Amino acid sequence: MKVRTILATKGATVVTIRPQQSLREAARLLAEHNIGARVAVNEAGEIVGIISERDIIRAAARLDEALSRPVSEIMTKEVIVGLPNDDLIAVANAMTEKRFRHLPIVERREMVGIISMGDIVKCQRDQYKGEIDTLETQIIADET
Amino acid sequence: MANVGTDANPLRVAVIGAGPSGFYVADHLFRQREFVVELDLFDRLPTPFGLVRAGVAPDHQKIKSVTKVFDRIASRPNFRFYGNVEFGTHVNVQDLREHYHQICYTTGAQTDRRMGIPGEDFQRSYSTTEFVTWYNGHPDCRDCQFDLSQERVAVVGVGNVAVDVARILSSTPDELVKTDIADYALEALSCSRVKEITLLGRRGPAQAAFTTPEIKELGELADADVVVLPEEVKLDDLSRATLEHNPDQATIRKLEILQEYSKRGTTGKSRKLTIRFLVSPVELIGDEVGQVVGMRLVRNELYATEAGTLRPKHTDQFEELPVGLVFRSVGYRGVPLPGVPFNDKWSVILNEKGRVINPNTQQPVVGDYTAGWIKRGPTGVVGTNKPDAAETAGCMLEDLARDSILKPKQPEVAAARSLIRERQPNYFTYADWLRLDELEVTKGQAAGRPRIKFTSLEDMLSALGR
Ligand SMILES: Cc1cc2nc3c(=O)[nH]c(=O)nc-3n(C[C@H](O)[C@H](O)[C@H](O)COP(=O)(O)OP(=O)(O)OC[C@H]3O[C@@H](n4cnc5c(N)ncnc54)[C@H](O)[C@@H]3O)c2cc1C
Ligand SMILES: NC(=O)c1ccc[n+]([C@@H]2O[C@H](COP(=O)([O-])OP(=O)(O)OC[C@H]3O[C@@H](n4cnc5c(N)ncnc54)[C@H](OP(=O)(O)O)[C@@H]3O)[C@@H](O)[C@H]2O)c1
Repeated sequence: MKVRTILATKGATVVTIRPQQSLREAARLLAEHNIGARVAVNEAGEIVGIISERDIIRAAARLDEALSRPVSEIMTKEVIVGLPNDDLIAVANAMTEKRFRHLPIVERREMVGIISMGDIVKCQRDQYKGEIDTLETQIIADET
Repeated sequence: MANVGTDANPLRVAVIGAGPSGFYVADHLFRQREFVVELDLFDRLPTPFGLVRAGVAPDHQKIKSVTKVFDRIASRPNFRFYGNVEFGTHVNVQDLREHYHQICYTTGAQTDRRMGIPGEDFQRSYSTTEFVTWYNGHPDCRDCQFDLSQERVAVVGVGNVAVDVARILSSTPDELVKTDIADYALEALSCSRVKEITLLGRRGPAQAAFTTPEIKELGELADADVVVLPEEVKLDDLSRATLEHNPDQATIRKLEILQEYSKRGTTGKSRKLTIRFLVSPVELIGDEVGQVVGMRLVRNELYATEAGTLRPKHTDQFEELPVGLVFRSVGYRGVPLPGVPFNDKWSVILNEKGRVINPNTQQPVVGDYTAGWIKRGPTGVVGTNKPDAAETAGCMLEDLARDSILKPKQPEVAAARSLIRERQPNYFTYADWLRLDELEVTKGQAAGRPRIKFTSLEDMLSALGR
């Protein structure tokens, strides 16, 4: 199974944020869209960082008036990116080992989506469920 | 008027495509008890079951028994099948919006992906999509021709479809006659002169897409030796490190089988089936009349992407493989339906969790849904479509509960039926199919086969006395 399978059912909008926007805006956007992280892009559309719920919570605990600060101040700047053809198993292993939970996906330098550990877990669960269902159906069919 | 989803005013659903996804969507809608549902399932073919009939290999009868589960779904009084009715030809979005509260597209992936290399369109270079539909008796492909007088064949790709095709090409007439392979294909394959079949994987054995039971079968063929080159199943450093870090049992088992094959040597069987790794076709070579006579391959090595995937990278080592027949099996691809938003990037209907999305507003299109291969792309076994269909059916029920559904002018069952009768007088009902099924099985029994398929509309109509 590949990353593209997850992106296929996520529509076509790629939501991003600008590094100069405030953490308050970032928090609002994350809450509104019910996602755990957002990719920060510059005017040219290039990825310059990623900011997650955890980053915001940590900043709020550590800094005064954290929510008024710009995203650029606390975002992770070294962003690991994935490709639509990346294998999900490999990505899941990389996420566990390198401890990141969101992976922006790029194709020919253009950002085409973002996937989370949760997406991968759901996809793998559905795959196993499907395999079990296939076996089960055959057993039921044999009995009738 | 009574609320939609009640006895007086049932929820009217049209499902387009009678493959596994279509049936699973129906199943999920029927299982819930809150709403009354009346569902019509359409297919462009007179026969139901999609790829279970026209894709799954004829020697894999066991999985085909899932159709008994589909029969049970179809036996519900609130289910109707309209076969031989094509969306886009006989009915369109507007028609459906006038007759149904919800429409779900489950049309599968109807075509193949291409390799994108020079010579791909030479004669005797085919997609496995065509070959598979041909040997399975799909009416669209019954007149296709494959030049089986060639001795050497390459199958590009190492997914389960490639393995199916390699296995069918390596099977003896005795093995094939026990299956429900189309009659004309049985005949053609019985005269086949194919001797050497080479499966080509662009990455290493640890990254191959085929699954364990499928690869095991290749080692058990009556009259074909399976060959794996020892140097190609020896794990490279990156694959070994990955496997040591994350010992995935399925991969380890596949490697054991392949390593065992690499030690076997040939035993003098009539055919040889070689599984190659770390090679990519870069060009097909044609003769003066444009027929394939060979293939240029480049050796690959693996590198790790940032996110940990091992991908192939061309080296500067090339080789030539003399082959007279090429089957590309690099994946299926969905095609757009008229009037339904499409996502070109992934070749699926533009959707979010099965809700069709309007590309301009990025909001759901009221009443439109999708499931299966046309929703998530061409991956997964029959059962994988079940959780997928459940997600979509869940969205459909959620939207019904908040009254976000179409308001059709003529939601009556009879109104839809008369529209269909007008557009396609030769539509097939489920009772018609059950009759055809019985005839196919009876004919098969006489010949000691699971069934003998009808492969043309004319034959099906005349069998039904129409
Ligand atoms: C060659 C091959 C072999 C396979 N073997 C196995 C196997 O051994 N075991 C296993 O578990 N899985 C197997 N699979 C996978 C399995 O077949 C798929 O997961 C499953 O069929 C996908 O279901 P679907 O309903 O989304 O699409 P499909 O099964 O493709 O069904 C789509 C249906 O929509 C209809 N349709 C298309 N366009 C229109 C239109 N415009 N109007 C009306 N109807 C339309 C088609 O006629 C078809 O009946 C195989 C797949 C392939 C390709
Ligand atoms: N018996 C069964 O259960 C059964 C039978 C048939 C099908 N199915 C299922 O149906 C689905 C579709 O099967 P599939 O075989 O069509 O697809 P698949 O599993 O995605 O395999 C496609 C293969 O093509 C290769 N490929 C893609 N592009 C290529 C290129 N340009 N050059 C060379 N190789 C290329 C892929 O290699 P990379 O991995 O390197 O991309 C992969 O080996 C799968 O989920 C499969 O399991 C199941």
